Amino acid sequence: MSRVTLDARRLLCPMPVIRVQDKIATLAPGTVLEAICTDPGVMNDIPAWCRINGHKVIETRSDRAEYIVVIEVGE
Amino acid sequence: MTEQRKAVALISGGLDSLLAAKVIQEQGIHVEGINFYTGFCVEGHTHAIRKKDQKKSKRNNALWVAEQLGIKLHIVDIVEEYKDIVFNPKHGYGANLNPCLDCKIFMVSKALEWIRKKDFDFIITGEVIGQRPMSQRKETMPVVSGESGAEDLLLRPLCGKNLPQTLPEREGWVERGGLYDFSGRSRKPQMALAAKFGFEDYAQPAGGCCFLTDAQYSVKLADLWRARGSKQYEMDDIMLLKVGRHLRPAPHYKVIIAREEGEGNFLQGYRKQFVSIKTISHAGPLALIDGEPTAADIELAARLVARYSQGRDADLVELEVMDREGTSYPLKVEPIKPHEIPQEWHI
Repeated sequence: MSRVTLDARRLLCPMPVIRVQDKIATLAPGTVLEAICTDPGVMNDIPAWCRINGHKVIETRSDRAEYIVVIEVGE
Repeated sequence: MTEQRKAVALISGGLDSLLAAKVIQEQGIHVEGINFYTGFCVEGHTHAIRKKDQKKSKRNNALWVAEQLGIKLHIVDIVEEYKDIVFNPKHGYGANLNPCLDCKIFMVSKALEWIRKKDFDFIITGEVIGQRPMSQRKETMPVVSGESGAEDLLLRPLCGKNLPQTLPEREGWVERGGLYDFSGRSRKPQMALAAKFGFEDYAQPAGGCCFLTDAQYSVKLADLWRARGSKQYEMDDIMLLKVGRHLRPAPHYKVIIAREEGEGNFLQGYRKQFVSIKTISHAGPLALIDGEPTAADIELAARLVARYSQGRDADLVELEVMDREGTSYPLKVEPIKPHEIPQEWHI
């Protein structure tokens, strides 16, 4: 299973969601995408976007001022 | 077996677009949502920046609407293309710097491009005749459908009965009897329809989600254009107009002073792009100077920053001035007195 990292730091919502959306459009199903962000809003928005677009959030965590969302790309 | 038709709904996150999409879903049409990010839909940004707002819900209403409807949502970044709409709106501005009619035409034209690329059949919006004084009037409905190029591929389910038939109706994909005849500024029909569909929790943003409809924001944007001698902006400009107190002591520079810790943290990220000032001897805000300040300008800016620090009543306040290269030096100044700040400096 391949793993890809996306740097979405210093972007405010919805830009991190757009970056995730555009990145996922280029990835094969099953790929794991780790989005690193600084806007706490991503903890709601990226999982919401994943739910309606058929992708699975594996993990969300915050590390000091960073918010990390790990996603498995769906079909 | 008849082919299932597909529509894309412009989803702002408000009640009207939620209802419009639901009405068409109820007719067996496959609906997906599209949401355009202009850079001015910054409702959530201040919540992300300001510490006092960080406990507020940061729900993105467009995503929330899509989830309620069980539809996909495509968020499209139109920041760069949108600049031309803000700079040169063919139909002019509204009460502030809001180019609402041109904006609607542009978004529908982008939706038209999208349905052609994705092989969808028509476009839905939540427009209601008479709902908005500039962009949603009986006379502007054909302007939006005509100038966007969408023509009769644009269906407005909430007021469709008051408008000429569209292609989806003529082709029998959508029953005209299932559309509505809402008009005017009253929200009661929409609220009744929301209740019928079982929607209880929905966003009702006053003036929409666009900061160009905000008078204070528009004044700051107009000031930026005046100072630069032309209409231009970058994303960072749009963001910084939302943050801090803005004071312009002279045409060639302005001072942006954080109002609280969250804003200070946000401005911190811009210290390599601007000359910045921070108090040392007393607790106080971080400030940026936008423009090309002289040494005397920096001293005046420092006196302003001192005024908004805990040392406002002290004889002298020590501050640190940092240039764009990261070189810093200390500066001691007398805090400026309130009566020395002309009202016109406040943007």
